[in-house]
Amino acid sequence: MREEMNPGVGEEKFEPRIICFFCAWCTYLAADLAGTSRMKYAPNMRIIRVMCSGRVDPQFVLDAFAKGADGVLIGGCHPGDCHYQEGNYKALRRYHLLRRVLTGMGIEEDRFRLEWISASEADRLKAVMNDMVEKVRALGPINSVPRQEVFAEEVIV
Amino acid sequence: MISENAVSAKPKVCFYWCASCGGCEEAVVDLAENILDVVEAVDIVFWPVALDFKRKDVEAMEDGEILACFVNGAVRMDEQKEMAQLLRKKSKVLVAFGSCSHLGGVPGLANLSDRQSIFDTVYLDNPTTENPDGVVPKMTHEENGRSVSLPEFYDTVRTLDQVVDVDYYLPGCAPTPKIILGAVQTLLSGNLPPKKTVLSPDVALCSECSRKDSKPEDLALIEFKRPHEVLIDEETCLLAQGIPCMGPATRAGCEAQCVNGNMPCSGCFGPTGRVKDYGGKVIAALASMVGSNDEEKIVEILDKIPDPIGTFYRYSMPSSLLRRRRMRTVGSHTN
Repeated sequence: MREEMNPGVGEEKFEPRIICFFCAWCTYLAADLAGTSRMKYAPNMRIIRVMCSGRVDPQFVLDAFAKGADGVLIGGCHPGDCHYQEGNYKALRRYHLLRRVLTGMGIEEDRFRLEWISASEADRLKAVMNDMVEKVRALGPINSVPRQEVFAEEVIV
Repeated sequence: MISENAVSAKPKVCFYWCASCGGCEEAVVDLAENILDVVEAVDIVFWPVALDFKRKDVEAMEDGEILACFVNGAVRMDEQKEMAQLLRKKSKVLVAFGSCSHLGGVPGLANLSDRQSIFDTVYLDNPTTENPDGVVPKMTHEENGRSVSLPEFYDTVRTLDQVVDVDYYLPGCAPTPKIILGAVQTLLSGNLPPKKTVLSPDVALCSECSRKDSKPEDLALIEFKRPHEVLIDEETCLLAQGIPCMGPATRAGCEAQCVNGNMPCSGCFGPTGRVKDYGGKVIAALASMVGSNDEEKIVEILDKIPDPIGTFYRYSMPSSLLRRRRMRTVGSHTN
């Protein structure tokens, strides 16, 4: 799994892999709109559709980083617009606590973002994605070699 | 098979410690008079803290000769890894005993540092350390043609099951007499639970907490408090009082000893069965309780939890999904 997610590392130009968790009611539709509008944006995103940004368990984010994602982007509805009333506020609270943990674990702030993008904001989605890819590219790959060596030594049961 | 052994010769058990504080050894002694029943039923063939058997005695045994081996402590040095591998070979059942071998424990918080920064602090930079020659431990040293050696100190602390195959886990810092006794009786009965079972109920601690009736259905906290900042009510749910208690994310089995002592649960029993990252679950639980929708206010409320990693991963950093702080960023870590 880890190796599968790591092609590109060590090649001449580093292409970050960014895992996106997009709310099905807004940001995912914005991505859809960007597609049908033939917009071009950085191809580094791997989008996972969730029913609400409030569905994003901190474990999803930690798992993505542990398996080699160079960045994680959560997309949700603007405050007040949540289809489930409060889901995006729950995401916001978790985001701030999780961000402090990630920073303490050596994962830079620019690698983890929460953005409010509505279904009509394809332009904004494009801008956020391009911006994030550039910032993460500047930070470099997340998998430092020593940590991979630690993992490789583990007993696989 | 096991009961036949019990008739012909007493089953053999052993205890071993790796990177631990010795509290788990105390826990065995805490069985009090029940330890006599245990000693009656088994032969303890290796227990460095209490009995004078050596590594060569274990090496001389047949493979699988020991019925059950209880190993406490995390794996921090190669000597501990070697012992874990040796005991694995000689034992039918290997039990990770206590938080450190189960999840990494408090020693696992060293995964925020690495060998170099730990050695620098302990042997060179510590204000009370006087070491003008800058002597730090080396793996080998030669003098007058003789050489002595020390075990390798790893950058990363690991759980027992990241080094050898483990059969069962006894959670807790330290495991309580009740669950130790339960585990010993289960092993001696021969009616073994499925491999990899954590020998404690697979539900959250709140379910057996004496204060559960005072836990509100929906919590909306506007302030987190630390235990020394308030006079804690002895009957109300600690979360309802604004004190971060890990109970909702922690496995039951200890009968809420800390809460009964008027202190919040710190999570030593680790996660319930389907959780992959204990700290992630604590983040989800605590953050959801924040009673504000205003971003600035949310940040302000959460800032009252001063050390998120040390609080959420106090016992489980090496078993977390990330395992450790990224190595290349350790030098910039100022704590």
